[in-house]
Amino acid sequence: MIKVQNLVKTFGSFTAVNDVSFQVDEGEIFAFLGPNGAGKTTTIKMLTTLLKPTSGSIELNGLDPRTHQHEARQHFGIVFQDPSLDGDLTAWENMQIHAVLYHVPRKAGKQRSEELLKLFELWDRRNDQVKKFSGGMKRRLEIARGFLHTPRILFLDEPTLGLDPQSRNQLWSHVKNVNAKEKVTVFLTTHYMDEADRVAHRIGVIDHGKLVAQGTPKEIKEQTKTESLEDAFLALTGSTIRDESASSADQMRQFAKMWSGGRR
Amino acid sequence: MSAIYILWLRELKRYVRSRAQVIASLGQPLLYLLALGFGLSPVFKKAGYGDYLQFIAPGVIGMSVLFSSIFSGLGLLWDRQFGFLKETLVAPVPRVQIMIGRTLGGATVAVIQGLLVMVVSLIAGFRPAHFYTVPLALGFMVAIAIVFAALGVAIGSSLQDMQGFQLIMNFMVMPIFFLSGAMFPLTGLGKILGFITKLDPLSYGIDGMRAMLLASSAFDPRIDILVLAGVGSLFVVLGAWRFSKIEI
Repeated sequence: MIKVQNLVKTFGSFTAVNDVSFQVDEGEIFAFLGPNGAGKTTTIKMLTTLLKPTSGSIELNGLDPRTHQHEARQHFGIVFQDPSLDGDLTAWENMQIHAVLYHVPRKAGKQRSEELLKLFELWDRRNDQVKKFSGGMKRRLEIARGFLHTPRILFLDEPTLGLDPQSRNQLWSHVKNVNAKEKVTVFLTTHYMDEADRVAHRIGVIDHGKLVAQGTPKEIKEQTKTESLEDAFLALTGSTIRDESASSADQMRQFAKMWSGGRR
Repeated sequence: MSAIYILWLRELKRYVRSRAQVIASLGQPLLYLLALGFGLSPVFKKAGYGDYLQFIAPGVIGMSVLFSSIFSGLGLLWDRQFGFLKETLVAPVPRVQIMIGRTLGGATVAVIQGLLVMVVSLIAGFRPAHFYTVPLALGFMVAIAIVFAALGVAIGSSLQDMQGFQLIMNFMVMPIFFLSGAMFPLTGLGKILGFITKLDPLSYGIDGMRAMLLASSAFDPRIDILVLAGVGSLFVVLGAWRFSKIEI
């Protein structure tokens, strides 16, 4: 379903993704693990047509996202790592925009929005502007929105970041559900190793832009002779803490907050 | 089509919900209208050009349409920072449609803003030559709005963050406004200034509005329409092209 070969992305002299190759089969749940700044999000951006690779090839359901951007976009859905909601609109309106952009039929869109907002306990606040939501609520809305349509491939970039255990549980059972029932291929990243261990069929570990291990959770543990995935992860990537430089987007957000109540 | 509609509607909802901003953005045109309109009126009259408030009103309306439309296009930068842009960029909708939805939404907001300023100028004492030509003036407002909303999207797509914003403001938006004849008549200018004002698309928009509202203009209104249509199509194509190339 996803086929990546010798993928490279450089920003100036910095190589974010360095010669990465892997394959995800249809109906598989694949966890992409790595420390901060390892190149996970950059890889997802290339897979989802938001960035152009420097070299290497990608196939999504047989399509090259570089040359067939529009066609490729028809096959996947994504929950981003950082916010992507419109704060001036209500939760309901954010869902409806998504439904229209993803060609969900009107009636089904309304019905599913209601189900999902109820599932993630946002129904009572559906008519409030999103900018009034807490961080956790925004995150939940973001995830509910991601499930509004059923894509062939679902990308989840650190979906559980900032979620309470209840919502996390809800999310993973939903992911497993769509994976089992509708054969949705799932590509996810997370920093919670126990989640990856529990949910993923296969795992890839990336560090400094390079794929350092690949296999089922069991294989990876055996390979590193460790008991838990957490230990295996540390054995593979070392225990030094990584720095991620603040991107211009983060600096801007800071500036925007300082400068106004938030809007334009 | 429904994607264009929903993104157009989004721009409108955001506008309606920012009442403080609506009122704030009336401040500047009001100042121009009242301070300059009444302040320069005696000089203008002595020079034999008639009532300056009458003359400047279409210019001030054009100015608010310009600012409002170009900023709505640049609003793309905020969407980039707050993340909503990503949501639209990965959607299975041709990016041209997304760009058109945004542009039309921004243009609609700008026209509403222009109409508000027109109402304010009517209260201040502005009187169109004929009331039946007001809808035609509205047509010119729409044209100005589309031209500059598309330009705003084109620029917004090419910038990474707001650092370039002041540059755009001082070296593009302000010159477009000041060199458009919004504040002074385009007839009898020196060669250089006359030439520059002819390069400014807003000149034709405001001239067209004057033709409709005051029944006097520097150019032939048909030329105004042609230029605006040409430049507008060019900017829409440019904006759509730049928008389709966005990477995040």
